[in-house]
This record gives sequence, C-alpha cells and structure tokens, in this order.
Amino acid sequence: MKRLMSGNNAIGEAAVLAGCTCYFGYPITPQNELPEYMAKRLAAVPDGVFIQAESELAAINMVLGASVAGARAMTSSSSPGISLKQEGISFLAAQELPAVIVNMMRGGPGLGNISPAQSDYFQATRGGGHGDYKIIVLAPASVQELADTTALAFDLADMFRTPVMILGDGMLGQMMEPVTFPAKKKERHLAHADYVLTGAKGRPARLVKSLILDPKEAEDHNWKLYRKYQRIEQQEVRYETFMLDDAAMAVLAYGTAARIARGAIKRLREEGLKIGLIRPLTLWPFPNKIIQDTAKHLHDFFVFEMSTGQMVEDVKLALEGKARVHFYGRPGGVVPTPVELSRIISRHYYQSQKRKK
Amino acid sequence: MKKVYAEVLDEMDLREKAICVPPAGCAVLAYDYIDIDMVEAPHGRGAAVATGIKRVRPENLVFSYQGDGDLAAIGTAETLHAANRGEQITIFFVNNAVYGMTGGQMAPTSLLGQKTTTSPAGRDPGREGYPIKVCEVLAQLGAPAYLERVAVNKPAAIRNTKKAIAKAFQYQLRKTGFSLVEILSPCPTNWKLNSVESCAWIDDVMSKVFPLGVIKETTC
Repeated sequence: MKRLMSGNNAIGEAAVLAGCTCYFGYPITPQNELPEYMAKRLAAVPDGVFIQAESELAAINMVLGASVAGARAMTSSSSPGISLKQEGISFLAAQELPAVIVNMMRGGPGLGNISPAQSDYFQATRGGGHGDYKIIVLAPASVQELADTTALAFDLADMFRTPVMILGDGMLGQMMEPVTFPAKKKERHLAHADYVLTGAKGRPARLVKSLILDPKEAEDHNWKLYRKYQRIEQQEVRYETFMLDDAAMAVLAYGTAARIARGAIKRLREEGLKIGLIRPLTLWPFPNKIIQDTAKHLHDFFVFEMSTGQMVEDVKLALEGKARVHFYGRPGGVVPTPVELSRIISRHYYQSQKRKK
Repeated sequence: MKKVYAEVLDEMDLREKAICVPPAGCAVLAYDYIDIDMVEAPHGRGAAVATGIKRVRPENLVFSYQGDGDLAAIGTAETLHAANRGEQITIFFVNNAVYGMTGGQMAPTSLLGQKTTTSPAGRDPGREGYPIKVCEVLAQLGAPAYLERVAVNKPAAIRNTKKAIAKAFQYQLRKTGFSLVEILSPCPTNWKLNSVESCAWIDDVMSKVFPLGVIKETTC
C-alpha cells in the first residue's frame, strides 16, 4: 500500500522496519520531522529508545553506546549539527561500530539558512572528522529512495561495521511523495557480533577502543581499515544512468540536483540534444568506472551541484584529464528550475559541438 | 582507585554484568588491569556513551570513570544532562584538581591560587574563575539519586571510598537513578609534591574546598 509521507517521516518508518530500536538527536531544521516521528514511533516498539539529546555531540555518542551494546541505532541532523557529530563519527569508524547518520543538508557555511543545499559533499565523502577513514555515503533522490536507502544503510553498516551516512537535503526531507514499505519487519542479520558488549559472562572480556599508543600497531589498524574501504569500493558502488547510450554529453548530478537535471535533460532531448545522465547513488564509494567507461564514447561531462563545486573534483579525478568537465552550481540554498539548468547545459553543449568541428 | 572498584565488582559478583566506559586521560588504560567489557568514549562523552549502553542493556551494570577535565570541562553538558534525566548509570569522578595526562594544566577543579602549567601565577578567580563543585552542582537537580564525595589518600578514606562505590552500584542495580561518586585523588607528579605530602594536601587543603561526605541521597 502506498502512503503519502514526507521524506523525513519515511526515513523514520523505514528505519523502524529495518530493526532500528534507538534514535538519538537534537532539533535542527530542516529535519525535525524525523526525531518527532521517532519519538512517537519508537514508543510503540518493544525496547524502543528515543532520547532528545542535549547536543549533537551527546546524540552521536549515545549512538556509539547503543551500537556497542548491540542495537541498531541512528541519529539525524542538518549541516551545522553534522559538523558537531564528526568527532563521534571518527570514533565510530575507528572502533568499527555500525551506525546510521542522516544529514538533511542546508545552505552554509556557518549558520547559513534552512534551504536545501549540497554543500557538505566534501565533509561527507572525505570522512568528515579527524584521521584516515571513510564512511559510506548514500544519495537518494526521492521519498521512496529515502526509505529504501535507509534499510540499505543499516545493512551496509552491519556488514562492514562502519558508520553510513544518508546525504539528503531540506527539499528531500520536507517534500511529500507516495512511498511503499516492506510488508514485514526485517530480521537483523549481524554477521560479526563479537564486538557487542553484554558483560563478560562465560567469555573473555571485550574491549572496543581506538587508542593505540604503539605507532606500528596503529599503522596496522589504519591499513586494516583501508583494506575494508577497498572492499567497499569494489563491492558497493551504486549509480543510475538515464539516456546515456547515444549521448554526446553526460550530466552528473546526485540527489535533488539529479531530479532537476533529469527534467532539464528531458526538455533538451525534445529539442534533439543528445544528453544523458549519470546519477551516483553512492557518493563514497564514488562510481569512477562508469565515468571512465563513458569517457570512451563522449568527451564532455557536465556536473551540476547545489554548491560551488565539490563532486566535480571527484569527476575530474575519475577522468584523469581524459575529457572536458563543465560545471554549473547554485550554492546557498538556491534550487534552480529544470528550465534554468537546461539553458546552461544547452549553451555548453553547443559550444562543445562547435569545438569539435 | 582502579583496585578499589575492581574489588567491589568481585565482592558484589558483578564482573560478568559490568560494562565500563573509560575516558581519555590516564584512566583509559583501565582495561590493562581490569578484566571486564569496556568501550572507550571520546573525551568528555562518557555519560552519553554510558546512556546509550544502559538504555539498550538495562540488565547490565554500566559505569564510566572520568577525570575532572573530562567530566567538568569538556563533558559538563553530557554529565549534567545524564544526571538530570536520571539515567540509571554510575559515574566515578576522579578529581585531582589538574589535567594529569597532558602534563599538569589547570582543571575546572583547580583550587584558587593553585599553580599549574597554564595558571603559572596561581588560579585567580578574576581571570580563571572558581573551582567547580560537581556534586553540589548536580545536587540542585531533581533526578540524581546518590552523590557522595570521598578520597583515596589514606586507608580509612579508601575503605570509605569502597563503601561509596558499593552503594552507588546498589543504587543502579535497584534502578533508583543516577549515581556519582567524586573521588579526591592525589597527583604527586603534577602537584610537584611527594606522595606523603600529596596525601596530606588532600586533607589540609583540597577537602576544605571539596568537603567529603554524602552530598545528596534519596532513599534506596
């Protein structure tokens, strides 16, 4: 059955159906509907735990505690609050604890505003906190995808014992769309449960830590994490393409920007412009291969972001100079229309065509 | 101090129930001495981590072990709010009036006039404020069940500390609420005193500012 829900609420429902029993968060717009939903929803779940924490720092550390105690735990926030959570995310990564973190991005930097933006791409895909680590970053673009991605996020977090971030924005969180949920609550499959603290009964004591004073040992730990990240890069890249087969120019965009890009591409296709879309669903690991494969057939990539240009750097890294990279960005919470974007793409498209002749 | 709570765990047969949250600071190496489940918390966040664990595992005995910088400076908010929610956890608050592990900087509990590496002229209330009396601050809240200040500078005081720790655990096991034991503890290295002088300083100076005894107690 389809239900009409806001993105923030859909994440909450999907989380509970994925077996999430613990939510900890601190109010910040534009994601308040999610903690509000969880406050009500988790009260009806056996062993459900909801705490409105005193800060984002406290919230992420409550997640750490709940995670090490063996629960599926999540927190959510928006850009400034996510900055505060970075300390805890670094610890979760270092201590190899599963957790799901939702960032409904807003305009920044500083206090910025409460409009949708994509300005936290660097922070999300580069680990965000201190130290050599990465977290999985998922980029849904509809309410249905927010729900599906939430379930996936919990599974990936368990599978790799790592924090996973769902990177949405104020638009995705606030807008309402029809969404379907799995009919049955999912059983959690915890493959590596030997980290969970239950009290050392009938087994040796367990220690979950990140302090490693011996540099050589700490180096080993870093390489171990690195090998895990390599496995994630090999196994978990996700993306979608749209009208790419005969394209002469490929647009790259994620989340809300990808929806705008899709609208723009449809218009341009009607006018006969051969333009396709590559939409990363995982921002880390980044879909390098499809970009490299596409570069064998076309030589113009157009990156559109609601920022001054962050993902564009990953596109350039993937291409290693083998194709031209065009960019259009609207930072600060501005959401352009498909018409506006189609005009910009069209101008770049014709300039490239001219250059080829 | 570690020996004291380890003894209490054994005497109360709680080793297999216990989950400890050691902090950043000297105390983090507790896991080298005590064979119970442990998870490190980021500096100051012990009460938040312990909250997460206890809410998921109410049947376990969950306690954190934190220093004065950890608990009363960077972790003030986490401590105050865990106490105010009446989390069923226990905190051991080791107060030695100085940041020990980082080399003797001024702590929120450093005494007036106390010379540290970052208050070389002595703590001046006009410049650095007054020592924070954590138990007395928390005692203003409605939820905390048991707050006591003890010391570990002589055998009788250590016996008292042991009793306070056992009592705090009892409060948690009976789900009576939040408990915190503040332990005045010598740091001869950073106080630049020998161990005898350090123990005497707790009696003669420190406990005058931080009076020993039960600060708050609800019926257990």
